[in-house]
Amino acid sequence: MSFLLLIEQVLNGLQFGIMLFLMAAGLTLIFGVMGLINLAHGSLYMIGAFCAAAVAAATGSFLLGLVAALAGAAAAGALVELVVIRRLYDKDHLDQVLATFALILIFSEGTRWIFGSFPLFLNVPDFLSGPITLPGGIEYPLYRLTLIVIGLLVALGLYMLISRTRLGIQIRAGENDREMIAALGIDIAKLYTIVFALGAALAGLAGALVGAIQSVQVGMGEPVLILAFVVIVIGGIGSIKGALVGAILVGLTDTLGGIFLPEALKLFLDPSTATSVGSSLASMAIYILMAAVLILRPAGLFGARA
Amino acid sequence: MTDPVLETRDVCKSFGALRASRNISLDLNAGEIHAIIGPNGAGKTTLIGQICGTLKPDSGSVRLLGQDVTGLATRDRAQRGLGRTFQISSLAMEDTVLQNAVLGALGATANPWRFWKDVLKDTDLRTKAEEALHRVGLQDHALSRTAELSHGQRRQLEVAVALTKEPKAFVMDEPMAGMGSEGSKRLTEFLDELREQAPILLVEHDMDAVFALADRISVLVYGEVIATGTVDEIRSDAAVREAYLGEDA
Amino acid sequence: MIRETYLNALTLGLFVVIPAWALIADEPFTITLMTRAAIFAIAAIGLNIALGIGGLVSLGHAVFFGIGGYAMGILAYHAQTYTPLAEWPFLIDGTKSMPLIWLVAVVVSALAAFVIGTLSLRTTGVYFIMITLAFGQMFFFFTISWAEYGGEDGLSIYVRNGFPGLNTLAPIQFYGLCFVILCLVLLFTWRLSKSSFGLALNAARQAPVRVETVGLDPTRLKLVAFVISGAITGLAGALFADLNRFVSPTMFSWQTSGEIMIFLILGGVGRLYGPVVGALAFVALEHWLGGLSDYWHIYLGILLLLIVLFGRGGLIGLASGKAAVHD
Repeated sequence: MSFLLLIEQVLNGLQFGIMLFLMAAGLTLIFGVMGLINLAHGSLYMIGAFCAAAVAAATGSFLLGLVAALAGAAAAGALVELVVIRRLYDKDHLDQVLATFALILIFSEGTRWIFGSFPLFLNVPDFLSGPITLPGGIEYPLYRLTLIVIGLLVALGLYMLISRTRLGIQIRAGENDREMIAALGIDIAKLYTIVFALGAALAGLAGALVGAIQSVQVGMGEPVLILAFVVIVIGGIGSIKGALVGAILVGLTDTLGGIFLPEALKLFLDPSTATSVGSSLASMAIYILMAAVLILRPAGLFGARA
Repeated sequence: MTDPVLETRDVCKSFGALRASRNISLDLNAGEIHAIIGPNGAGKTTLIGQICGTLKPDSGSVRLLGQDVTGLATRDRAQRGLGRTFQISSLAMEDTVLQNAVLGALGATANPWRFWKDVLKDTDLRTKAEEALHRVGLQDHALSRTAELSHGQRRQLEVAVALTKEPKAFVMDEPMAGMGSEGSKRLTEFLDELREQAPILLVEHDMDAVFALADRISVLVYGEVIATGTVDEIRSDAAVREAYLGEDA
Repeated sequence: MIRETYLNALTLGLFVVIPAWALIADEPFTITLMTRAAIFAIAAIGLNIALGIGGLVSLGHAVFFGIGGYAMGILAYHAQTYTPLAEWPFLIDGTKSMPLIWLVAVVVSALAAFVIGTLSLRTTGVYFIMITLAFGQMFFFFTISWAEYGGEDGLSIYVRNGFPGLNTLAPIQFYGLCFVILCLVLLFTWRLSKSSFGLALNAARQAPVRVETVGLDPTRLKLVAFVISGAITGLAGALFADLNRFVSPTMFSWQTSGEIMIFLILGGVGRLYGPVVGALAFVALEHWLGGLSDYWHIYLGILLLLIVLFGRGGLIGLASGKAAVHD
């Protein structure tokens, strides 16, 4: 196990974690402000990926594809918020789960109906393809490095948005006291639609960015959604900082566990047993991490409310 | 002089910079009603929380029947004989009045682990529940759904549920709140008798009821007990008049 | 408007009349559909104890359904390949006996429910939903990587397992078995809902503070409910695996958890017969809508959305005109 491989895997884990952050940030924001658990967030991720793939295929431009992903997911988010989601804010969690589960069914089958069951492909643009040599002589795919940078920029942008802008003040007010924002004369309905669309756009962006390194297909969103839930449980609901830390922890644990657990077990077990036990354990590593956090800090690392 | 039934010793609790309880030492003796009064925000709810076990004091202790219960959970204090009624009714609203009362009796047995026998056909539990409903005058509503009860009737049911456990001490959080004058009058008469069975720590805003019932009154202001005494002593206490009654009168 | 009791009797009647008709008309596929409905109903009755009575919104019941399935798959696989399940600490063979398989399915599901419940019940509300969902996904990925038992492809069992005195290969006999189990589980759930435990659990859902104040531990009540719930859903999983003679990681998927919840919602949460009506309705929809369109999940989604937004009592609530659970 060379040092270079370690660095490469850490970067892979970081990249994966950052993409999870884009999902988790939207989810945690929506929960924090509106108190809504949104299972259909994975569908918005999928919509972003499909928009990007379709537009990139039609125009030949990856960047136009990204713009389409952001716009498409935000528009889908706003539409869903107006038609369905806003009827759910004052309902209990069970209703929210069921209604957003119903939305998954509708979105997934609808997408299958339009695009068919075969995966679409979204290519990494030429100017981002190929490896780049990092200081220390490490070769790493430029595209993946770009994802890390974009994700960190989004995290910074979100931080600025929430701490420095008028919208951010309203969001924080909404998290603390719903009656208060009404009293301040803020249009809550509009604020909720904006926050939901913002979360949707982040999910769509993640879907499009990841779509270029994985295939774009129906059902791609839900495994990511569930991982984003793990991230939120670890980070604490409603905390953007928790989402970032949790996402990176989950990304690193998953990536490094898959590589190093089998290797580590080879020290005690014969190679084939080590590989099979190691990969089984690695598939459970993040959930074990989640269980550990639950035992030590039931409200999550940065959670205020239990 | 025997030990007090319920006692707090130097209980302190802060929330950030807010000192909600400052060295509160109170006691409740057999056969008495000890009322706690004070303006809103004086820390009455915090105090009750610590006595009943939903809040843990930063320092100090709570003693029930001479034993330290500070570290015990609410349910363990209940098992040792603490009966509580809530300011905001916390009953199983979808269930019937009788079911709520039976739940109280079931709680006293500490054994809900029976999965087959119809609990409403358990004569022991049912008799206790019906007796308690009878004592508070709800016997005619036994089969009504709790959600259909009036505000005052829910208060009566709160008391009935507490009664089923035959507690050694009651803690009642504003039992009169929201009751009509007829209801308060009846409840006042009822509590008057009840003190013979078990002493009552009564947090109440209804001053008529407090002055009619209390053997002793403690006045809580800004998390501190500024005075404890009989009704007459409290009425004439200068500090109390200034800090509390003066605002009303 | 129909009285709920009549509606319940009618539903159970359908579970007798339809298979009887199918037997006479020689329509074995209909019997298979009814078997499917009966098994789904058992799975959803399991969830109803946790969700309907205990208020625990578990999106991870696929775990127990899958464990039941794999209990059958693994035991039968070792029996059909004549390999021991374990040689240490003592020799354990596979089995083709249904009662034994059911016992293992129930015990292992209950154990899993105890562990997951203990962890998940440290939190409440939306956390609980996310955690149960995540544990479901953990089992899903674990079985995918479990190459010894087929990994992603799952396990095929060539001959249905046996039950003393019955020919389980005859669809109607296997159906009969599932129907009797459904009736027993219904009977148990009905008694449970009226028992001391049922009363306390019901109150723990509505007013946990009250339960605590009368001297009981609401979390412990919910944990026991979760364990019973998981065991029943696990039993359904074992039956489902025997119906298909096949198990795969799909049984553990989040869609499975969602579907078990849909059975419950379609029929009516917290009602004794809600899961039975819902499972029957689901199988009917799956059959008819699935025949009309490949994309029938869209219609299912829309129906579900309408029920959530406009008709909370589920189908029983709509038919009996009563949205509330209790009469």
